Amino acid sequence: MTEVAAPTSALPEPGGPDPAAPVRRRRALGDNTIVVTLLAFVAAMVVGAILIAFSDPATRSASAYFFSAPMDTLRAAASAIGRGYAALFEGAVFNPTTAARGTVAGIFGPISETLVSATPLILGGLSVGLAFRAGLFNIGGQGQIVAGATCAGYVGFAWHLPVVIHLVVAIVAGMVGGGLWGALAGWLKARTGAHEVITTIMLNYVAVNMLGFLLSVKGFQRPPYGQAISNVVDANARLPHLLGSSLRVNAGLFLALLAAYAIHWLLTRSVLGFEFRAVGANQNAARTAGMSVERSYTRVMLIAGVLSGLAGVTQILGTNSAITGDIDAGIGFDAITVALLGRANAGGTVLAGLLFGALRAGGVQMQSSTGTPIDVVSVVQALIVLFIAAPALVRFLFRLHGSGAGAGQGLAKGWNG
Amino acid sequence: MKLELRGITKRFGSFTANDAIDLVVEPGEIHALLGENGAGKSTLMNVLYGLYHPDGGEILIDDKVVSFAGPADAMAAGIGMVHQHFMLVPVFTVAENVELGHEQTKGFGILDAAKARREVTEVSARYGLSVPPDALIQDLPVGVQQRVEIVKALIRNAKVLILDEPTAVLTPQETDELMEVMRTLKASGTSIVFITHKLREVRAVADRITVIRRGKVVGEASPNSSSAELASLMVGRPVQLTIEKAAHEPGDVIAEVDNVRIVDDAGQVVVDDVSFDVHAGEIYALAGVQGNGQTELTEAIIGLRPLDGGRITLSGRDITDSDVHDILRADLGYVPEDRLHDGLIGSFTVAENLVLDRYDSAEFSKGPSLDVGRIAANARQRVEEFDVRTQSVDAPGSTLSGGNQQKLVLARELSRPLKLLIVAQPTRGVDVGSTEFIHRRIVAERDGGAAVVLVSTELDEVLGLADRIGVMYRGKIIGEVPAGTSAETIGLLMAGTVPDDLPARLRDPGATATGSRTTVRTEEPL
Amino acid sequence: MSTAATTRPGDEVVIHRVVEKPMSTRRRVGIGVAISVLGLLSLLLGHNAQAHDARFDLSQGSEFFHVPDLVLPVAATAYVIGIILLAVGAYQAVRGFRPRGLRIAGTGIGALFMLAFLSWAASGGKGSTIDLLGVLENTLALAAPLILGALAGVLCERSGVINVAIEGQMLAGAWAGAMFGTLMGRFGGVLTALVAGALMGWLLAVFAIRYLVNQVVLGVVLNALSLGLTGFIYDAIMQPNANTMNTPQVFQPLQIPVLSKLPLVGPLIFDQNIIVYLMYALVILIQWGLFHSRWGLRTRAVGEHPKAADTVGINVLRVRYVNVILGGAIAGLGGAFMTLGSVGSFTKGITSGNGFIALAALIFGRWSPKGAVAASLLFGFAYELQTLLSLVAPPVAIPSYFLAMLPYLATIFAVAGLVGKVRAPGADGEPYVKE
Repeated sequence: MTEVAAPTSALPEPGGPDPAAPVRRRRALGDNTIVVTLLAFVAAMVVGAILIAFSDPATRSASAYFFSAPMDTLRAAASAIGRGYAALFEGAVFNPTTAARGTVAGIFGPISETLVSATPLILGGLSVGLAFRAGLFNIGGQGQIVAGATCAGYVGFAWHLPVVIHLVVAIVAGMVGGGLWGALAGWLKARTGAHEVITTIMLNYVAVNMLGFLLSVKGFQRPPYGQAISNVVDANARLPHLLGSSLRVNAGLFLALLAAYAIHWLLTRSVLGFEFRAVGANQNAARTAGMSVERSYTRVMLIAGVLSGLAGVTQILGTNSAITGDIDAGIGFDAITVALLGRANAGGTVLAGLLFGALRAGGVQMQSSTGTPIDVVSVVQALIVLFIAAPALVRFLFRLHGSGAGAGQGLAKGWNG
Repeated sequence: MKLELRGITKRFGSFTANDAIDLVVEPGEIHALLGENGAGKSTLMNVLYGLYHPDGGEILIDDKVVSFAGPADAMAAGIGMVHQHFMLVPVFTVAENVELGHEQTKGFGILDAAKARREVTEVSARYGLSVPPDALIQDLPVGVQQRVEIVKALIRNAKVLILDEPTAVLTPQETDELMEVMRTLKASGTSIVFITHKLREVRAVADRITVIRRGKVVGEASPNSSSAELASLMVGRPVQLTIEKAAHEPGDVIAEVDNVRIVDDAGQVVVDDVSFDVHAGEIYALAGVQGNGQTELTEAIIGLRPLDGGRITLSGRDITDSDVHDILRADLGYVPEDRLHDGLIGSFTVAENLVLDRYDSAEFSKGPSLDVGRIAANARQRVEEFDVRTQSVDAPGSTLSGGNQQKLVLARELSRPLKLLIVAQPTRGVDVGSTEFIHRRIVAERDGGAAVVLVSTELDEVLGLADRIGVMYRGKIIGEVPAGTSAETIGLLMAGTVPDDLPARLRDPGATATGSRTTVRTEEPL
Repeated sequence: MSTAATTRPGDEVVIHRVVEKPMSTRRRVGIGVAISVLGLLSLLLGHNAQAHDARFDLSQGSEFFHVPDLVLPVAATAYVIGIILLAVGAYQAVRGFRPRGLRIAGTGIGALFMLAFLSWAASGGKGSTIDLLGVLENTLALAAPLILGALAGVLCERSGVINVAIEGQMLAGAWAGAMFGTLMGRFGGVLTALVAGALMGWLLAVFAIRYLVNQVVLGVVLNALSLGLTGFIYDAIMQPNANTMNTPQVFQPLQIPVLSKLPLVGPLIFDQNIIVYLMYALVILIQWGLFHSRWGLRTRAVGEHPKAADTVGINVLRVRYVNVILGGAIAGLGGAFMTLGSVGSFTKGITSGNGFIALAALIFGRWSPKGAVAASLLFGFAYELQTLLSLVAPPVAIPSYFLAMLPYLATIFAVAGLVGKVRAPGADGEPYVKE
């Protein structure tokens, strides 16, 4: 049936019956990615609320006599949920209690924490998203972050260079470390066809073990050699704070925004990006048009690695000051969800990174003030991504019509291709 | 068993693929369903086989209305189907493929392999359809795979057998064998629905012919109708079967293919010591049944495939080891046979697709940046010049119809001066209007002085366009003949036979019309 | 050179000439050099040996008769093995094994080198006796969850659904096993672990098959979901009430009468807990069933060419649902082995990447159950080696981190085609949609 133009939602349907107006409106809503994303967020927060209520001891004890006094349970649950999400907001955006003190830290503390958490997530998300666009699946964020942080951290504590130069050299070292770790997976795919999902997962573990080894070596390890923690990075190599030393937000944020702009340009305006996108969308056509598919695999994974390496850089030169075994702090995997939520484009990734950064920062506050385990944030994040990946499910839940495909569909398919 | 379709209608979105189609297949007849590519024949048969659900109409078997929820119901009702793309699992044996969904078990779901093998042997012997039960499908030639498909249907007691474009992948010899099988089946009482767009075959084997055009039945015809009558019924207007072109004036040799040999990943020699050359201002056709090495040969010329021997030169320059990028830069244009797979990127805009092989040239880029303005301007110009019907140059390539997609690819390749143009199956799945346009542009390119290599499995296209024809068979150019050679002669060559009536001058090296090395060889089975 | 397929007697249909492409010279020599390097390493180990003898303990004491300790002269053993490996390496470099021969040779080479290595390791100072039987028992214990996880992968991927979520399925099983094992008894724990794994499998199935979400994305997200959920429940209720929520009774080994008294294999294979016995049964059942039952034929057909299966009336989606859910249950059992079979309690992220190693074992074992078992055992041995080397203190200390990397490096080499090409099922990862 080659004469049939592929059906697209963009084209009007002249012959079809005119759908009733409300259906049409619901269809328009159902196809709108922003609406779907918002609804996914709402649905995930609802599940999160149930978990918060579940973890609240008062609610649990009230539920023991649910059938004799159901309102007790509901009241307790509502109160727990209200307190939980209020704490989340206070930790992520604005906390009236601390703000009342009038200090910079009191007013901007939550925002600062959100931005600090968002920085590596944005960089990691850009890394995963760029690879997506070239048809590759970069699950190696963890390894690349570890490699980047290790290199940047080593230069940061082992070398002693003048101000500015030390920082620049350390950043470049991190980019090189992450880039090479990423490029290795790309090169393996280009040379041997090894599937990048497998190689990047395996390289994660190799990197983590490599770091574990380094942290047991004197010279890398901090005296008195009892703990798996490295020497402290020189002050010269630290990313400067943006709002004074009382707040953690640092110049890493600029690195992330700069990287986002660069990736935006790369994907929409550059020759190299055209090649990446072509290879990602149809590698056979790209090859037939004279592009070197293999070369782009290596290049795109190199750049993706550099981005993840930068995430490692902001971790070690910004947020922390010494390398530990969990320097990646789960960012490598969260970055995948950020990239999906951001629909693999630079602007979306920045917004998704900010959202997840806010959830992380708020989750910490929620755990300390209400005792709700921070894992609820992981659950909410996973659910958001699950919902936006299956817009049909969201439309079903909210009774909308539409036909758009979800994030993460039509990407790299099976192991064989 | 009598099969009847009444008012079958099937829509895909706003497109009506089948519009109130009526069809009656009497017991024991071979009923041909004739129509162009895209006329709706396969859709109709997929409805009949339970793969699609009709939006209107009904199916009757022996005058009783039936409804099929899926292929299982259709099979149970006695309908069998041999799909155009075989539905065989390549890594399974013949017996496993045949018994799939219809397994012989010893109880508790345990397979009885011996019984399955016996059954295959028995049925294949009964109908003279010899198949090796223990061979893996991927090791079998397509002709044998097709027989496996037929055995698959027969073992399920099919009373009506649907053959969807069964000869597309067969050599003329295999086609003859298939027709013999069809007659045997008919004699045993099986009805056959034979879907095709090839007039010759219809006239040779059908008892009755129903012609479909644009999803509608436009008439019945008797097998005694002439090809011209059938063609005009199929297309809806008198068809000019010939293509107008001036006599060709060959210039210098542009491309030379010298003893090229290609071995594929499975170790098969797919191109076996092939040599030919193409002159400026000449269309050289590589004719042959699908799968005789043409695809691999053109992929090798363009640089997509490494050679295992031989040499390719373009205007005297050795391009054997050059990559695709350099070869395209050496003024070679390439229209691949599968446009959706290799020719364009569905999610890219029309404008982007039009610069797919030149996005990095100085014309469309400034240093590391794309020149978006020029890319758009180029697109508007090409879309206009090649009459590509699209909503805008920013619409994704996938929204275009097949014919317009093909024009898009052609527009891209012809938008720069070419020394050599390679077009593979340029009109496959393309409507008649676009086909004529595409043919005219190919001839115009020749008249402009380019050398053209045309790869086509359609004999009419080859005869209409070519100035010289090389026929490929089992990886070799088995014969090279001038334009005007009879269809019969070329058909025989396509089947691997060098006909006796082939004039001696064609068998004599160095004496062909264009004076090139002649490559007629006798084929000996290995 | 040979010719392919004949069809009708007397009517030979020859497709194309088939030429066997020899292994490229570079590859052949490269592999030869790699083997030779192992040989040289063995010689070096022999040179470096400290004690004279290495002693391997092969019995437990409860067998019908005592198997004497294996005592090997360290230097001589390593030298002899080194020379053999050098010879084999030279043969490969010059002449080259055929692919099948190379695989067999590879196994032998690995075993010999390991023998040289262990002898050397045992020749260090502290304990010059290696409890080889114990090492093998531990290997099996470490491999058991991997085997179950990999079997889960076999079921899913053979039917065409990529399972990157093995980790999450195992984690769910481990959690359910511990919590419900405490509340309902250990058999209740096993049952709920199966259900929890199956539920995770069901999620994978629904989103992959019905909502057509990219399966790798999905796997990663489901792992995150499982980690988050189990971690949340652990923090919220299991850890504060560890006594009533997280102290399941652990399954003790069951000795099979007579068989468990056989030397070597007795204590190794027939003195295990019930989950391991269940695992044996599953391995045999799946390996056999995949190739000799209707279920297996249909599963493989759906994974290779779903449309072909559909046209013969097989319900492609149902076959996939069933296999993916069953797979999830088996992975859940693998998780339960960790909490109910060995550790005895749940902790956050207890599976610690075992699901990913299982995925690696699945691919390393070329999507076949027996291959997956072999790969899992290999990876289990690599784990055990870390423990062993910290116990025996070899002449030169080897950081355990490098040993820990071995399974991952091995998998990278495997997918890079250095041990032969691996091919996934044809439609693995591709959702099936009717037009």
